[in-house]
Amino acid sequence: MTEQKYTIKDFKSENEVRWCPGCGDYAIMNAVQRTMAEMGIPKEKFAVISGIGCSSRFPYYMNTFGFHTIHGRAAAVASGVKMANPDLSVWVVTGDGDAMAIGGNHFIHTIRRNMDLNIVLFNNRIYGLTKGQYSPTSDRGFRSKTSPFGTIEDPFVPGQLVVGARGTFFARTIDGNLKVSQSVFQQAAAHKGASVVEVLQNCVIYNNGVHKAITDPEHRADRQLILEQGKPMLFGAENEKGLIMENGHLKVVKIGENGITKDDILVHDATDLDPSVHLSLISMGLPDFPVAFGVIRNVDSPAYDTEMENQIKEVQQKRKITCVDDLLVSGNTWEVTGNGNGNGKGKTEECPDKKLK
Amino acid sequence: MKDAKVIQLEEVAIRFSGDSGDGMQLTGTLFSDATAFLGNDISTFPDYPSEIRAPQGTVGGVSGFQVQFGEKRISTPGDYAHVLIAMNPAAIKANAKFMKPGGTIIYDSDAFTEKNLKKANFTTDEPFLECDLQDYNKIAVPISSLTREGLKDFGLDNKSILRSKNMFALGLVCWMFNRPLDYIEEFLQSKFAKKPVVVESNIKVLHDGYNYGLNMQHMTPSYIVHPANIENGTYRNINGNQATAWGLLAAAEKAGLELFLGSYPITPATEILIALSGRKDLGVKTYQAEDEIAGITSAIGAAFAGDLAVTSTSGPGLALKSEAIGLAVMAELPLVIVNVQRGGPSTGLPTKTEQSDLMQALYGRNGESPVVILAATTPSDCFFYAFKAAKIALERMVPVILLTDGFLGNGSEPWKVPKVAELPSITPRIAKDASTFKAYKRDEKILARDWAFPGMKDFEHLIGGLEKNVSGSVSHDPENHQRNTDIREEKVQQVVDLVPDLETCGDEDGDVLVVGWGGTYGHLISTVRELREEGKNVSLAHFNYIKPLPANTREVFSKFKKIIVCELNMGQFASYLRNKVPGFNYHQFNKVKGLPFTVFELKQGINKLLEE
Repeated sequence: MTEQKYTIKDFKSENEVRWCPGCGDYAIMNAVQRTMAEMGIPKEKFAVISGIGCSSRFPYYMNTFGFHTIHGRAAAVASGVKMANPDLSVWVVTGDGDAMAIGGNHFIHTIRRNMDLNIVLFNNRIYGLTKGQYSPTSDRGFRSKTSPFGTIEDPFVPGQLVVGARGTFFARTIDGNLKVSQSVFQQAAAHKGASVVEVLQNCVIYNNGVHKAITDPEHRADRQLILEQGKPMLFGAENEKGLIMENGHLKVVKIGENGITKDDILVHDATDLDPSVHLSLISMGLPDFPVAFGVIRNVDSPAYDTEMENQIKEVQQKRKITCVDDLLVSGNTWEVTGNGNGNGKGKTEECPDKKLK
Repeated sequence: MKDAKVIQLEEVAIRFSGDSGDGMQLTGTLFSDATAFLGNDISTFPDYPSEIRAPQGTVGGVSGFQVQFGEKRISTPGDYAHVLIAMNPAAIKANAKFMKPGGTIIYDSDAFTEKNLKKANFTTDEPFLECDLQDYNKIAVPISSLTREGLKDFGLDNKSILRSKNMFALGLVCWMFNRPLDYIEEFLQSKFAKKPVVVESNIKVLHDGYNYGLNMQHMTPSYIVHPANIENGTYRNINGNQATAWGLLAAAEKAGLELFLGSYPITPATEILIALSGRKDLGVKTYQAEDEIAGITSAIGAAFAGDLAVTSTSGPGLALKSEAIGLAVMAELPLVIVNVQRGGPSTGLPTKTEQSDLMQALYGRNGESPVVILAATTPSDCFFYAFKAAKIALERMVPVILLTDGFLGNGSEPWKVPKVAELPSITPRIAKDASTFKAYKRDEKILARDWAFPGMKDFEHLIGGLEKNVSGSVSHDPENHQRNTDIREEKVQQVVDLVPDLETCGDEDGDVLVVGWGGTYGHLISTVRELREEGKNVSLAHFNYIKPLPANTREVFSKFKKIIVCELNMGQFASYLRNKVPGFNYHQFNKVKGLPFTVFELKQGINKLLEE
């Protein structure tokens, strides 16, 4: 296969993009399209599957095979696509309502099976398409049209669900950061298995500024920890802050204070099979901790679609039944020949059996 | 020897009955297979409780298996049993109503203890009197103690010994009906090849039972049933669920596609998933999904990506799949949905049969959401209708619901196996010309769109649940929605090209036309045959194609004075016919007991109509 040369334009469809002006989705789509253009895979091998919600309009704007399905079911539809043709690069575009609420069951089981899908989860902590109701990722006390006095429930943290479902890949990015987004999408695509990328996304209409505390340029450096494989977990304008593990808990420290040196800082290892540090990183939040971005977990485990193919191949190598005709006469059959078992002429009485047509 | 009673019969129904754990399903199946092997036509009906192991000895825990066989064609498992094998008192209580007057009851007298009588809610120590079975031929056989005696030198524990008592019953019945034991011995040898002691002990008990009959023939009548006159060919015994699975396999092979099944276990449809899961040798991809919805949506994904995609379920599962069926309608993907109907609503009667999902199949979705609906009529023709469902789905780009039911799915009959080459061709509508391809561009006559799937260069396109224009862009244009709604319905109606004309069994005109659909065929045809033998002017029109209906339906109906629609629901097909083929007075004969019709009650109902 000769490597195809694509540009981002090859992945943009002619359909007019109808997200609200200023919506975070534009930037996410841009990063996904750039990633796909650089993957060196023929364009016809991409399939983009979505559920329902603002984010799920995504396939309309992609010049690839696309399927805009029903609420919550994108991961299940995409699983079918991948099993039917494991050669494809299958992307699931979903949101916090679609994946965490109505599609929660498919989300966890797809991850548990380690189906080789790239799942992009747009998290704006609100139902946008139905015009502003709280979602399963809205913070406790959040006021919305359906929680005018504040919610009385705690939110899901998507990465915790991923780890709980024995996920093999989890990354987090934010709509405005094209560099981090593209980097994590590339790694998600390269990962063989279920890759989940949570994208913190801003809904300009119903939840504007939901991630502002994290993105505010004035505090950004102190509030974002961009993780890189094999690198110390440093942040801050001068990389002067870092994370250490103390009594089994993460702790923010300043280099130079209390005798802390750069060597004391935790080094990120996304490939550690033990998910405990990954879970701690996923769970970090303001104000005590920065929010972790980048690829947090990336471990190897057999992917369902590959296992399915391998199992079929293995059984077929030893098979005795090679076609349906073999199957039909396998096991216990008997011959009616007219000698002994009946007269062999069939029935002549009235009301014969229905003939199949 | 001179005391031996030998009775010749044209047909005989036997019911094996005992506790869920007594192995009655296996006993019945082995006897049926041995009988079919001998050249009798057979029909079987397993009747088991939904609890895996209900409290031992209770009526709720009774598991039964009825088989009818004969020297003539057998279309039903028989209304009533000539012979009942009862392993405990509860089996008597549960089956008294299924006995033919004057029939024979063989029971394990060791099991008729005070404790067991109490468990079965008998209030006296005379169970036969309580069940009004005084005039029956009752044969007490100490099956448990004879089994124990026969195995005393095998060094087995009591539990293992008693597990073999069903073989004693089987051996005894084989003697009664003159069945050789070789077939059963071969089965035991291959099934327990790795456990020689199990093979030996079971064969020993099997022979003990057979010899017991031989020695005690002064008390047990022996029956002779001659082989049936059946067409030459290779035969096998098959149940409806297995036939459905194999029909789908044949369709995939014929269409040159891979077969994908997305499914979630549900009684009585699970066996389809089981049958296909074992066929990795034929490349089947089976996916046991996390729920019914993922079962169908994964299949929809596989259909989008170019597989012959199927989901299998039963009533409650079909309800869960409704929204996704609508997606397949809107996306115009080929998809086969198999619904093995059971008693409803809600969880209902999971292990019992009913035909009450017809309206759900026709209309149980939001919006105008037409699909093709077929119904299989016998255990073995599930093969053909599963095949046909796949053919229609692939050639017309439309979801097809295949209705079978618990009676067909679990029931079995001998089947003359076809050759794949003799089956009709299947030509999937795979798109060829990328330059003219549009997602929803369609054939002018049959209105089917072309099928292009990911991986096909230059065919990139988008489909989905929103209303679309021809090229696949979202459209809220009112005219477009009206047009597409009309097209989706008309596309289903155009399938009538692939639907054979409705035929009548009997005459083309007359006094009464019996109308049925799906799994009641065996009982209806037997009823019509018997009535005709009695000189009644009655014919049968049985439907396999529900939507669209055969083109000549009105014409067939118009030649009869009276029409009676018989179905195992409250009249769903009758309502549908009133709506789609108006102008006739549709009489109804309905039953919702979780059981098949009996020929007896059908004859009563039709005779009543004849007299009116």
